[in-house]
Amino acid sequence: MDKQTALHLYRVMRTIRRFEQRSTTLFGENKIWGTIHSYAGEEAIAAGVCEHLRDDDWITSTHRGHGHCIAKRAELGKMFAELLGRETGYCRGRGGSMHIADTSKGNLGANGIVGGGIPIATGAALTAKQLGTDQVAVSFFGDGAANQGTFHESLNIAAIWKLPVIYVCENNQYAESFPAKKAFAIEDISVRAAGYGMPGVRVDGRDVAAVYAAASEAIARARKGGGPTLLVCESYRHEGHYYGDPRKYQTKEEIEGWKTAFDPLLDARGWIVRDGLGTEAELDAIDRAVDDEMERAVAWAEAGPPASPLKFPEDIYASY
Amino acid sequence: MPPTRVPSSPAAVLGPAAVQETREMFYAEALNDALRLEMQRDPRVIVLGEDIAEHGGAFQVTAGLLAEFGPDRIRQTPISEIGLVGTAVGAALTGLRPVAELMYIDFSGLAIDQIVNQAAQNRFMFGGQARVPLVVRTQGGSGRGNAAQHSKSLEAWFTHVAGLKVVMPSTPADAKGLLAAAIRDDDPVMFIEHKLLYRTKGAVPTGEHLVPLGRADVKREGTDVTIVTWSRDVLLSLEAAAKLADLGIAAEVVDVRSLVPLDKEKILSSVRKTRRCLVVHEAIKRGGYGAEIAAIVAEEAFDDLDAPPRRLAGVDTPIPYAQPLELGVVPQVADIVKAARELVAG
Repeated sequence: MDKQTALHLYRVMRTIRRFEQRSTTLFGENKIWGTIHSYAGEEAIAAGVCEHLRDDDWITSTHRGHGHCIAKRAELGKMFAELLGRETGYCRGRGGSMHIADTSKGNLGANGIVGGGIPIATGAALTAKQLGTDQVAVSFFGDGAANQGTFHESLNIAAIWKLPVIYVCENNQYAESFPAKKAFAIEDISVRAAGYGMPGVRVDGRDVAAVYAAASEAIARARKGGGPTLLVCESYRHEGHYYGDPRKYQTKEEIEGWKTAFDPLLDARGWIVRDGLGTEAELDAIDRAVDDEMERAVAWAEAGPPASPLKFPEDIYASY
Repeated sequence: MPPTRVPSSPAAVLGPAAVQETREMFYAEALNDALRLEMQRDPRVIVLGEDIAEHGGAFQVTAGLLAEFGPDRIRQTPISEIGLVGTAVGAALTGLRPVAELMYIDFSGLAIDQIVNQAAQNRFMFGGQARVPLVVRTQGGSGRGNAAQHSKSLEAWFTHVAGLKVVMPSTPADAKGLLAAAIRDDDPVMFIEHKLLYRTKGAVPTGEHLVPLGRADVKREGTDVTIVTWSRDVLLSLEAAAKLADLGIAAEVVDVRSLVPLDKEKILSSVRKTRRCLVVHEAIKRGGYGAEIAAIVAEEAFDDLDAPPRRLAGVDTPIPYAQPLELGVVPQVADIVKAARELVAG
């Protein structure tokens, strides 16, 4: 990997982490209504996959979607504005944290329904195939979604039609409170790919270089008409299922141990410096730049006007 | 076969200069004609569904389309209802104009998340960023001995979801014109046919024919009672209206055609004229869309009414198998005549 890519991947991951930290603070200040789901700990997956995507490639995301938005080059100010319920937010305060989309960048949207985005990405891939373009679609979803019916039906459809779609399963070890080790009778979710007749790949989702390499191969195959891939990224969710989750299903030892052992940012800092792709000072400078960018984004979002009143039927229907 | 009439609107839609040729077509044939013309007109239109290719669809609505458009545009899917509807949603969001066929409306439960949480709400949730030009074609209704899991009338479910449009044509001409309009519409449309209508015949404009969504059609004019209805019950109501005429009662039959958007004005103006409103539908009465229409009439035309609005609808039961039982749980022509007479007498 070249220096520029390595530092960019680090910057994206650092931006995601800082966004989640800053959102949590805003939530604690009662400025965010509803709920938020932190992507901290899983940054390498969104960053490593989206690095290969163009603005005209599509993604579908999840309730834990901030990281996918950022990696797909969303504007931070508009994301914060959405969380704060402002008119200047991506969805003009209609959607909130669980429903951010940025169609200008191919982000078809986060999804409050576990597994809801999987067939939608499949359909986007059908559009690419139908129109004869080399666009690809990526569906991000968790281990929980891998046990939904949409996973089964979509992977089969994509395989029989050889659609340019990459199914990225982020196994963060918990489907809400249910541990993956209890929800699956298999240890490696990627073996399911064989049942659909597509390649299944399993990577260390903490290692952004590993995700980047695996995604590169899958995306290149899809672009060339080689069909879908199931890419399973083993990961760990640093925070609870949602902000304020009492996490009664986990021990303190587990959480603290894994947070340290399984931190894609620490991991990346390690190999970037070791391989001579960047210095500690350069990485610290990125951290500071990201922090500054984040504060500017929050300030911009907080200055935005509140969500405008709903308009019927225009908000709901294109025509009526 | 009850009498049917070409809807009064096509000339108005096309402009006064257009005089359209018509041809007798079956309802299924008219739908097929709409699909064919829209697919010829717009390469972004594709059809997804079960048994739609060589088999031509469970009710032959897609017959012959595979030969003309090929397997890329007539995409037969595995038996995967949420997979096929969700794939259609994604395709709609990214530039195609898919028509997804759900063989029976009873199967919509398998696909409901993609219809309700995804297609219907996408535009709203994401602040108007996207459009979802999706048609979900399906059919419902009893009358073929298909029993409880293949005979329901579930339109009320979908009218209760903000973001969907719900269309239920009664005649071959309306079927063609409304389907073409639904395909060109930028919102998700539940297009609900009736299994007993496929083999009904009527005059259908050949060539381009559009019936805008949201416009009711007065299928028969009258002065004594308004029968508000849709889908197959329009035919039964017209038959009932003919019998009522023999009894000296002039019934007006308003075919709403599209439940969402609903042409409230046409319903209200008819009711204000006749001063009596009977809503007829096959779906079970409890929570049916007839309650919505009766409530609208009561709220907005109360002072013009000579009697409370009345509903005639299906019994609150799953559809039974045995034919006498099946016929007994949904309104028949005689039931409509009786209800209308009571309403006029009352």
